[in-house]
Amino acid sequence: MKKTHIVVISALLLLMLFVLGSFLVKGKQQDSLSALARKNAEALVRDHSQTAGSPDAKVVIVEFMDPGCETCRAFDPFIKQMMAAYPGKIRLVIRYAPLHHGADFMCAVLEAARKQGKYWETLQLMYDTQPQWADHHNPQPDRIWQYLPRLGLDLKKLKKDLDDPAISRLIAQDMADARALDVRKTPGFFVNGKPLVRFGYEQLQALIEGELRANY
Amino acid sequence: MTNNKIGTDHGANRNWTILFLCWIVASVATLGSLFFSEVMGFAPCVLCWYQRICIYPLVLIFGVGLFSFDAGVVKYSLPLAITGWCIALYHTLLYQGVIPKSIQPCSEGVPCTEKYIELLGFLSIPLLSFLAFTAIIALLYLLRRRLAP
Repeated sequence: MKKTHIVVISALLLLMLFVLGSFLVKGKQQDSLSALARKNAEALVRDHSQTAGSPDAKVVIVEFMDPGCETCRAFDPFIKQMMAAYPGKIRLVIRYAPLHHGADFMCAVLEAARKQGKYWETLQLMYDTQPQWADHHNPQPDRIWQYLPRLGLDLKKLKKDLDDPAISRLIAQDMADARALDVRKTPGFFVNGKPLVRFGYEQLQALIEGELRANY
Repeated sequence: MTNNKIGTDHGANRNWTILFLCWIVASVATLGSLFFSEVMGFAPCVLCWYQRICIYPLVLIFGVGLFSFDAGVVKYSLPLAITGWCIALYHTLLYQGVIPKSIQPCSEGVPCTEKYIELLGFLSIPLLSFLAFTAIIALLYLLRRRLAP
């Protein structure tokens, strides 16, 4: 065989492998995640889940998040923009998937702040100050106490509420639901029950806009 | 400049095979990185992009070198391979936590320490890249020694 033929055939073989692999992986991902979401539909939204946006909205984004996750932080303004662009049509449901070290503590703080009616303010504060407390190699969740007073929270009550077994049950339920839906990375998005398989801003936007077209 | 024809036919075949292996490693790394980002949906971080800048052209440089075997290929490809190797080393150390994250250049997009896959429990994407560049440099070094007059 001529050398040039070896090169050309190898190149074609490699490309074929690539294309074949793409079809296999894509098909499998889409099928298995969609099937999982359908099978575990009740795991998507629980009664305890915190939501934002109009309760009548026909497009529901479920976000499995972690206050210590940088990408969740990066997606936060994007989701807000989408909701502002389609007022009353999009509802956001927050679910916890505390994967980072110390993240379950952060979720508990959020839930305790919710009892004082400051859920979204606290979440915003956590995102804003995330670089200070969520460094990957030296996470120091305790640092959040420096920032919480800014919100005028009753810290004494908040500390007491942290021990509320209902809060740890809620977080455990969210974790179990995340596992059931195969959310292994944060943020994990579902729009009207459809999982975001190919991750990215454009992909999420396309998924949301597709559901908006289908429902309005 | 006909030192591309030095030695026996057998020796020339060996040289060609070594370059062919370089090309295979570079092609697998290129297609593999595209597979991770485009098919599996792992967003590449800044450091990944710098390594891609070094590996992608190597597929073409090695490819051209293969069609009409040219000893100059070592001279042209080694700087790219070494640059990529350095970035891959830095990335791997960063990923493993040997280098503290505070000095990493990623400030937006995907953090360079994002864990996507770890084959066999330890083969991360930065490590795969590091191994690919290492293999290419080793092969090129071997080729250079064989081609040296």
